[in-house]
Amino acid sequence: MTRLRIAVPRGALFTETLALLDRLGIATEEIRENDRKLLFEDAGIITMRPSDVPTYVEAGAADLGITGKDVLLEQSERELYELVDLDYGHCTMVLATVAGDDPAAEALRRLGAMRIATKYPRIATRYFLETGRQAEIVEVKGSVELAPLTGLAEGIVDLTASGATLRENGLVVREEIVRSTARLIANPVSHKLQASAIDALLERLHAL
Amino acid sequence: MVDRIPSGTRDFLPDEMRELRAMTDRIRAVFERTGYGEVYTPALEYETTYARSDMHASRPAYRVFDELGNVLVLRSDMTVPIARLVATRYRDAEPPLRFSYFAHAYRSVRPQRGQSREFLQAGIELIGAESPEGTAEVLSVLCQALDAAGLETYRIGLGDASLYPALLARFGINDADRQERILTELVNGDFVGLQTEVGALGLSAEDAELLLRVPQTRGGPEVLKTLPGPLESAATGMRAVHDLLAPAVAGRIIFDLGLVRSLGYYTGAVFQVYDPDYGVPIGIGGRYDELLGQFGRPLPAVGFALNVERLHIALTGEERGRSRRQLP
Repeated sequence: MTRLRIAVPRGALFTETLALLDRLGIATEEIRENDRKLLFEDAGIITMRPSDVPTYVEAGAADLGITGKDVLLEQSERELYELVDLDYGHCTMVLATVAGDDPAAEALRRLGAMRIATKYPRIATRYFLETGRQAEIVEVKGSVELAPLTGLAEGIVDLTASGATLRENGLVVREEIVRSTARLIANPVSHKLQASAIDALLERLHAL
Repeated sequence: MVDRIPSGTRDFLPDEMRELRAMTDRIRAVFERTGYGEVYTPALEYETTYARSDMHASRPAYRVFDELGNVLVLRSDMTVPIARLVATRYRDAEPPLRFSYFAHAYRSVRPQRGQSREFLQAGIELIGAESPEGTAEVLSVLCQALDAAGLETYRIGLGDASLYPALLARFGINDADRQERILTELVNGDFVGLQTEVGALGLSAEDAELLLRVPQTRGGPEVLKTLPGPLESAATGMRAVHDLLAPAVAGRIIFDLGLVRSLGYYTGAVFQVYDPDYGVPIGIGGRYDELLGQFGRPLPAVGFALNVERLHIALTGEERGRSRRQLP
């Protein structure tokens, strides 16, 4: 049997993910020491942006992966197994606007729709559809907080952990959309063909 | 300006065609040898034909009007057309009936995902043969076809579509909405979501644990030994199929209690073909004992469909792996 290959997210979940792998007995020193290297053959680990983890796992280029529920919700059509809620990386997807009178509510009332900037167009679209409000979704790739401050949009849908970035930019949370944590995901074919290796890992995980 | 083709469709050029043709010729020889005569049905069927099946994932995606205003669909599988064919052309024929096919099916695709709108399926249908004998025969032909294709490391996951619904019914979970929500989590492979749904049922810890553990149970024949009472009948069915298989076929089987096919018409045994060199299943199959009845010829039936392009990708992956291993 070949060893499992695990897709590990760089970014906000990176440190806690490496700590978890350490506790599972997977050597991570080389990964900590190498900022640029992406493929760690000995440890069976590949590192990437969190939003790319589902892509690699779905294709079977990695057997397992760790990424946020926010990423999985944004890519909900992917054929993956979501095995475990890892209970770290807690954050919340929120609708936020500038403090004071809610400009999004006013836009909805007077203009019939609100403009919402987000890095998560699918989650945002689904949310406003489900809550019966018209919204024009503006997709941006980063620094979403800028959008309501410059008139690009009345509000934003974004992920927040402590709310610090929102506060620093004079934004307040108006609605909580969904909570997110890190999840362990698996390729469905690997889940069948590498069953004993995956189950052994899950057992060690549950024993922690 | 470059003329494009629709996303999810492809042109096939001679090198690829030659390999695909050689592979399907080898598979066709297996189907002929085992008594599955090849049939072909129109790519277009009346929508009313597909409406007879409880279609879910196989819902036809493409509709056109004919000159009289009838709605025609591009076939989304071959099982439904063959059910129609049996009920009309073989109305009085003595079962069992055996058919094979090599035909394109058409499905909708999600954008940017490399999915195919048009894909070639190679498969068989065995009409009028009960479980376990019929199921065992089809699994045996499936293995012969994969062997002939040249695949060496494939495995077949075998489950039972009735298992999980029976388990839910056993625990008194009869509310259709709730069942649907739970089965949706299973079909989506979301075990975290399943845990949330099961947690809301108010079952004893032991029963809840069973509902979570069963769909993640897969492995050799030993997994059937440890099944609790409510699952005994499904386990007996799977064991009966397994007992009829030749060792070479039985050795390929992974029992998979979490295998829930999203195709509405499957009733009993369901199976999927896996290869370690490809991350997605390369074929599916199962029993559909109720479907023929919808066409007025109630007969038990079982079949499989291999996705020929995926089979080719897996075969190429295996060959690449073998040549790597042969290096000094």
